[in-house]
Amino acid sequence: MNIAVCVKPVPDPKFYDKITINPETKLLERNKIPMAINPSDKNAIEAAMRLKELLGAKVILISMAPPEAKEVLKEGLAMGIDEAYLLSDRAFAGADTYATAKTLAAGLNKIGLFDLILTGSESVDGGTSHVPSQLGEMMGMPHLNHVMAVETEGDILKIKTKIENGYMLYEGLPPMVLGVSKEINTPRYVSLMGVVKAQGKPFTVWGLNDLQLNADDVGLAGSLTQPGSLRTPPIDRKVEMLDGDIEEKAEKILKILYAAGVLN
Amino acid sequence: MKINGEIWIVAEQVKGNLKEVSYELLGKAKELAVKDGFPVTAVVMGSGIGALPADLIAHGADKVILIDAPRLLLYQNDIYALVLENLIRKYSPGIVLFSASYSCSELSATVGAKLRTGVAAHSIDLYYNEQGELVQVVPAFGGRVLGEIFCPLTRPIIASIKPGVFKKQAKDTARQGEIIEEPAAGLEHYQSPLKAVTVVQEHLSGVPLEDAEIVLAGGWGVGSAEVWQLLEKLAQSLHGAVGCTRPALDEGWAKGEHELIGVSGKTIRPKVYIGFGISGATHHVVGIKDSGVVINVNNDPNSPVFQISDYGVAADVKELLPKLLEKIEEAK
Repeated sequence: MNIAVCVKPVPDPKFYDKITINPETKLLERNKIPMAINPSDKNAIEAAMRLKELLGAKVILISMAPPEAKEVLKEGLAMGIDEAYLLSDRAFAGADTYATAKTLAAGLNKIGLFDLILTGSESVDGGTSHVPSQLGEMMGMPHLNHVMAVETEGDILKIKTKIENGYMLYEGLPPMVLGVSKEINTPRYVSLMGVVKAQGKPFTVWGLNDLQLNADDVGLAGSLTQPGSLRTPPIDRKVEMLDGDIEEKAEKILKILYAAGVLN
Repeated sequence: MKINGEIWIVAEQVKGNLKEVSYELLGKAKELAVKDGFPVTAVVMGSGIGALPADLIAHGADKVILIDAPRLLLYQNDIYALVLENLIRKYSPGIVLFSASYSCSELSATVGAKLRTGVAAHSIDLYYNEQGELVQVVPAFGGRVLGEIFCPLTRPIIASIKPGVFKKQAKDTARQGEIIEEPAAGLEHYQSPLKAVTVVQEHLSGVPLEDAEIVLAGGWGVGSAEVWQLLEKLAQSLHGAVGCTRPALDEGWAKGEHELIGVSGKTIRPKVYIGFGISGATHHVVGIKDSGVVINVNNDPNSPVFQISDYGVAADVKELLPKLLEKIEEAK
């Protein structure tokens, strides 16, 4: 079995409440935030590793990111992935999900044929959840997103996808593109041995000229959506602290509930 | 490029019942239509759903395109996307709005890729700017940032909309509209590589979070399953609903994802919101910012959560909850 995992390095979500917008440049000030592998992409890596352990597979990781993402992606290799491919070029900058999916598809097609292409169901920074579906369309493969479980029964894949207050069960044959959500598993920790082994694993970096794409297909030029300005939503209120002992505090809350008409 | 075509909404139905978000999409589409003068068309797909067009018209649709076919009984992404792709190619609408539920946001991305057009995800606002361009406002970085998205070159513009964000119009059963029946074009020779085997959906009891006048939300600071039960008891005695943050859900205290509030959960606007042991992280707070009165209880008097509150209570949640329960029972 050949499995590819598509991974996005993102600013670490632990620091999102610290993000600000520079009032002059209107750009995000996020340069001090460390990068991490997108959380649900880690679930995709874990899902690939479990299939590898169960059925035997070669698993590669692919990412479209700036060159400095190399260190972050090594975590995937340390988790057990066999090889990594980084698609990196100035021309890829500013890509929306469509241009990203197109670039990933070109990279995947160059590497070879895959039975399964796994990725996280959504990125924690942009959060569109579009890439799994767009990638599936571009690879010409069946695709499902928000996958909570994958099992194999002979050649058949049994897939559970998330819906509001429940789930759906699908069956199908590979090849397939699956976007996995965090419910699918708990990603393993990286072991020291894993980190050591990762250093010796193949790591390929490709630019635009290595892929069957034009500059118009990728980055901002190849994007169908364009970003406008950014702002931080106003959410602050003027607070009045309720004081007194616990008894008085409870009574004051009740008064507010009466005044608002939710208690009578 | 100008927007030159109708506004469509893709209604979401489950087992022949329209989801609330379908009406909310219509409400927003009507607002946009006032500016551009195009009729609002609702597309509804399924099997045995002949009664739904009248309901969509009553909620603001000028036209309804009904595609009623046995193969559309269960939502299946590839099948629904193929039918929609063909329908959109036939009519060339200017804008197509989808619900941002799991299924429909997947559908919007798939249809967008098939038509090679731009898709904005989980929009929380849509409006025309002075240049007549459609501005789609989307959250990023867990709601910390709102960004504008434009779709300058391709049509239709596709957007998915978070349920609970837009207001529906009042139902008017006297409204007239046109109903167009279309076949499920494209399926004649299509054999799906996937088989939808079953759908399992839990029936939820109690007041839905999005309809409750008072919501009691709990976070990590609630501290234990025992204290969480007090929170649920209090909600019950106030005829309110329980909401939660991601940490409280991950701890297994909350009943399920239907109680999750925020960017990856629900957007609510109750008359009163009371948060217990909530840190004030943006991804939760954006889901409650339009609530009437916001009260927060936290044992840290300097908690940032108080900055987004009308009333702050520095207290231990496990002491205050029983006290509140006692007082409310006394008051009854």
